[in-house]
Amino acid sequence: MIAVLANPHRFMAFSRWAAPVLGVAATGLIGVGLWLGLNAPPDYQQGETVRIMFVHVPAAWAAMLAYACLGGASFSSLVFRHAVADAAAKAAAPLGAAFTFAALVTGSLWGKPMWGTWWAWGDSRLVSVLVLFLLFLGYMALRASIEDEAKAARAGEILALVGLINLPIIKFSVDWWNTLHQGESIFRAGGSTLAPVYLLPLALTGFGYMSAFGALWLARTRAEVWRRRALSLTLQAAL
Amino acid sequence: MDLAAIGGKYAVFVWPAYGVSAGVFAWMIFSTLARGRAARREVERLERERAERAAR
Repeated sequence: MIAVLANPHRFMAFSRWAAPVLGVAATGLIGVGLWLGLNAPPDYQQGETVRIMFVHVPAAWAAMLAYACLGGASFSSLVFRHAVADAAAKAAAPLGAAFTFAALVTGSLWGKPMWGTWWAWGDSRLVSVLVLFLLFLGYMALRASIEDEAKAARAGEILALVGLINLPIIKFSVDWWNTLHQGESIFRAGGSTLAPVYLLPLALTGFGYMSAFGALWLARTRAEVWRRRALSLTLQAAL
Repeated sequence: MDLAAIGGKYAVFVWPAYGVSAGVFAWMIFSTLARGRAARREVERLERERAERAAR
């Protein structure tokens, strides 16, 4: 599949219908998920603040998915030199940064009423997600700072691959260290501890956010392919 | 669903969280669409110019 999509013409043909399909799926999933989430009863411990979960957790999942895609595309570009892979890596970064920003801000808005603080520097989950945000920004800044696009791509790919180590750190930070952030309650051995009345809307919004990332990633990669085509035509006209 | 009742005493935290999320989605959608549209128009313009040059 990846090898098929590495061809720009096949990628453009595929993404032309896949992006809108994912966009429609995302709209439906997020719409139904939020409607169920806003109609769910308040949590017995967290009260009405539990509703922040339906926008906070999916944003964090989408941010991690975006970084995994950035890393995967960077690997494909660096090792296999797939034509679309670098465009895909470049396209994933701003989306990942946006989802991470949303996760950090909504987490802070959830943390204040529950923990009594907006932010805790000693909390490994919070700090590792902040590092994720800085990795996205660093990747974009690095690429923007190098004029030669090929060199910028290589530098970005190496940074993206090094940064992949942060994903397991984010995932297991709540198990490895004591943190203010609650422990794993969904993807855990023995099953989720989340009540079904919250689990269903969270699953729907989670899949919705990831579908939205997929739709926007494809659309942004298409835009990058177009931009490179325009650059190539400009160079041809100048010769 | 009574939207005004959602959040209760924590509405000041719940609704800004939804507002920020909506804002982030709006930025992602509009910037992505604008980027795609601008790049596609540029390619179309350059291809038109190339065809005109070839016809001369």
